[in-house]
Formats: sequence, structure tokens, C-alpha cells
Amino acid sequence: MANVQLRGIRKAYGSFETIHGVDLDIVDRDFVVLVGPSGCGKSTILRLIAGLEDITAGDMFIDGKRVNADPPSKRGIAMVFQSYALYPHMSVRDNISFGLDLAKVPKERIAAKVAEAARQLELTPLLDRLPRQLSGGQRQRVAIGRAIVRDPKVFLFDEPLSNLDAGLRVQTRLELAKLHRDMKATTVYVTHDQVEAMTLADRIVVINAGQIEQIGTPMELYNRPANLFVAGFIGSPRMNFIEAARIGETSCATIGVRPEHINVSAESGRWQGTVIHAEHLGADTNLYLDCGDKGLLTVRLFGEQRYGTGDVLHLSPVEDAVHRFNAEGRAIGR
Amino acid sequence: MPKSVKTGLFWLLVVAICLYALFPFYYAIITSLRPPADIFTVNYFPGKPTTDNYVGIFKEQNFAVNIFNSLLVSGAVTLISLGLGVTAAYALGRIQFAGRGLLLTTILSVSMFPQVAVLSGMYELVRVMGLYNTPGAMIFSDLLFTLPFTVWVLTTFVKGLPKEIEEAAIVDGATPLIIIRRVFLPLLAPAMVTTGLLAFIGAWNEFLFALTFTIDSNERTVPVAIAFISGATKYDLPWGRIMAASVTVTLPLIVLVLIFQRKIVAGLTAGAVKG
Repeated sequence: MANVQLRGIRKAYGSFETIHGVDLDIVDRDFVVLVGPSGCGKSTILRLIAGLEDITAGDMFIDGKRVNADPPSKRGIAMVFQSYALYPHMSVRDNISFGLDLAKVPKERIAAKVAEAARQLELTPLLDRLPRQLSGGQRQRVAIGRAIVRDPKVFLFDEPLSNLDAGLRVQTRLELAKLHRDMKATTVYVTHDQVEAMTLADRIVVINAGQIEQIGTPMELYNRPANLFVAGFIGSPRMNFIEAARIGETSCATIGVRPEHINVSAESGRWQGTVIHAEHLGADTNLYLDCGDKGLLTVRLFGEQRYGTGDVLHLSPVEDAVHRFNAEGRAIGR
Repeated sequence: MPKSVKTGLFWLLVVAICLYALFPFYYAIITSLRPPADIFTVNYFPGKPTTDNYVGIFKEQNFAVNIFNSLLVSGAVTLISLGLGVTAAYALGRIQFAGRGLLLTTILSVSMFPQVAVLSGMYELVRVMGLYNTPGAMIFSDLLFTLPFTVWVLTTFVKGLPKEIEEAAIVDGATPLIIIRRVFLPLLAPAMVTTGLLAFIGAWNEFLFALTFTIDSNERTVPVAIAFISGATKYDLPWGRIMAASVTVTLPLIVLVLIFQRKIVAGLTAGAVKG
């Protein structure tokens, strides 16, 4: 296992630069999730680590060795692709063993490793099937099996769950978390889904427009977002932003309050608003309120609530959970 | 219109199309089975069939040698076309480089020139390379029209293969040649069979180059040999033998198509099923 270091990594296609100087230290055995909106460059960073794209500028180290010029197979990485990318004409067994076969690993050792991976991923009865005879979840496990048998220093996952249906996604997420605990491998995982990021990651790297916005543990990002982008991206429903001037604050430009950090009362509170829509989810109730010049605010209440459209409510933010941002969008420490 | 009339018209059309497609071949077969004396009486049934014509072309002419030449030329052309075609298709379909579109268009434009236009130039090339009057001359020149479409069709298929499969192979440590041989070739097999068969048929039926670049009857391929079949006198055109020869050389093609029929159908529907 190994750590991964990115130093001033840039990627340009012709004169068009998509990654603008990324510095990142991934510690040995960490599960790091790269998260960001589509087109932010998170997949490109993963492919740069894998060696599927050439690095335009900067240095990449895996296990202390500079790998800029090394082909993917020499970097000690294994990758799981979004579409699984199984070889359609090969059996599950051949799919898993292809890399070992190319590396001229002795036959008995290949057989042993394939058997071990199949046992771990519950693929043993499927070894002689073709990929088209498998379900989506099974294909995903074959793709993971193909990665495991190479004993990589670093696992790379490119949105591995986005082709699965919702139920299977949660189940596979659990399996991935367990797999990471068992393998103790350094893992870099790309997703646009912040729930996946929050649930799987030791550390999250939030990326926007080819740059890192913030690096931190899930709770650091949730409790102390460094800027407006991270504050708005992490957390669902999204954080409420209010222009500070409109509520008489002068110490900052924007204040942010998460929907779950607003108390609701029928009698009194700091702000007043009319419910324009209510979402009853059972465990939670999301209220969308029109608060006049403060704009549209979202409130998340726990449990079942009787509020409905048209109700006039008073809102009070939990004071020590209010985030303040300056004119550049940077968080002001509190 | 009542349903029975519709069905009747449909089958009438089917019969008409079959007649149109098959009658020339049928007439060739029965002509080849008739004795020379009966040739010029119109008759739609063989009457008393005879194999004299078939025996004749093998006994009195070197037709077996000609068939061998044709097999050699067509086989070599097919293999070379597929070998060069699939490697070129990998480069053209997968690797980004400057002038790729221009190169593809150039390859296509090569096949736009009529054979006659390039004949004299090809003749010079063939003579300089010392291939004149050898099967090599035909193999070399037939590539002129088999390669462009092989490259084009295979490039389209290579472009259709998911890029992630190739990248997975790269991560697994496969070199470009291993990717082509162990990942792409099995996936391209239906396309290879279809293009290979078309290349084979094209080379098998090629006439002009084969006529121009050979002088000995022992070096001729089948289409030229058939054109040179002569009768007892210079006024005698032996239709029976010509037809017998034609039928003989069409059979291998039919057999090939029948053998690869399943693969061809698989090739036509290959893109429809998501792997």
C-alpha cells in the first residue's frame, strides 16, 4: 500500500486548461473521495493518477516514486470503471485473470488468486459465465474482482455505483466500505453524489472548475465549509444563503444556515415566512418558505409535522450553527 | 382489398424477385449441362444432362491451376487486407493524431478511381517490383480496392467499441498489439468475417488487373481463364464450357457465404446488443 502525492498537477487539451494546478496528499490506507459537479475535472484527476491521461505539468508520486512517465500497468494501480468495462467475450474467470496472465504470473498462482477473489466477492458459482449473463451488481463485483487480484497499491474508482439502481447502490456502498476495511488499501473514489462521499470517505476533496475547493473529513466539510461553494455543495437540502445586509448584519457579506439548523415557531422568531411547499418524508419534513426580502428559505424538521402550504411561520437560526462568508465567498472563522 | 388478394400479390412479388435473381444462374447451370450441339436452341430444361463440359475444362484446359491461382490470390488479398485493415482501423478509430480525418478521406478517395485510370501506373509498379506475370502482381494490385473499404468498415466498428474496455486492458498491462489481438479481434470477429468475405469475393471476381498483369495461361486467375476459353475453331464460342467454368467458380463463394452466414448476421446486429 502507498501514499499518493500530486504536486501542481495541470492538464490542458491544446490551449484549453481543465485542471489548474492541483496539490493533494493522499495518505496510505486512506479512502479519499473526489466529489464535485459534473465537468469539474474530478474524473480527469483520477485518470491522471491512473496514467490514462498525460500530465501537462506538475509531478505525481505514488509510494514516493515519480510516475509521470510510467504507463498505467507500472504504477501499481487498479481501476474500476463506471460502465464496469468487462471484456464481453471472456468468462468471469478470464476477465479477472487477464491482467495476471499478461504479467506472466504462474498458472497455479493465478488460479489461487482468482479463487480467493471470487470467494471474497461471492462470485464462485459465476466464474464460467459471460458478462452478458450477469446482473448489474454482479458485473460490478467482477470489475472489483479484476482490481483486487492485481494487489494494487492504490484502488481507483470512477463513479462505480452510478449505473446501479437505488437499492443496489446502498448495498454495494456498504460492501465497498467493508472491502476497504478488509483490504486496507489506499483508495481514490470519484463521485458526484455527496451522500456516497459522506458515507464512504475518510477524507473528501471537493473539486470545482478544475481546482480543489476544500479537503477535509466529512464532518469538517459539514461543520466548517471553507467557502460558499463547499457550503452549498455538501448537505442536503442545500444550505440557505442570505445577503447579510438584508438582515442588518455588517460583519460579513453572506450568512449561511443549514435547513436543519433553523427552529420553527408559530408565535415568534427572527424571520417570518409563508410555507409555499412542504415535503413529508416521514423521518423528515422539508418546508420551503417565502420570506420576503430574505428570499426563499428551506427548513428541515425532524419527524412528521402538520405544517402545510399557506401557513405563516416564524424562523430562528441556531446561532452557533450560522456560517458567515466575506465578499469573496471565503468563510469567516467563528 | 380482401386479405387473400393481398397475400396473393405478395407471393407473386416474391416469385418475381426470386425469378429475377435466380434465373440467370439457373440458365448458366442448365447450359453447362447441355451438349455443344444443343446450346443455341432455347430450352428451359436440361433435357439429357451431360458432364462433358465440366470434364473438358479440367482435362483440356489448366482450369485446376487457374482455380489454385484464384484461391492463392484471393486468400492472400483477404488476409493482408484484414491484417493491415484491423491495425489501421485501430489507429484511425482510437488514436488522436493530426490529419486523421484527411487520411481517412484520402483512403476513401483511392477507391474512387476507376481501375482503368490506374492501370498503366500499376503496370509500371508491378514491372519495377518484378511481379509481372506472377500471382504477386494480382495480390499487390487487388489490395488497391480491398484495403480502402476494409479499413473504412473496420474503423467504424472500432470506433463503436467502448473506450473503457480498451482502457481497462491498458490498466491490465496490455500493449496495443495485445489489445488488438486479445480484446478487439474477438469483438470484431463478425465485422472481420463480413469484410473479409467481401474482400475475397472482390479479389475472386477481379478481371482487369488479372488480365493485364499475366501473360501465361498458368498464371491466370479464373475470370481471365474463363474469358480465354476457346473452342475448336476461332468462330466457335464454347458456351457450355464457359458456363461450366462459371458454375464451378461460383460454388466456392456460395459455400463460403453459407459457412459464415451466422457470423454475417451476427455482424449486422452486433451493435444492437449492449455488452
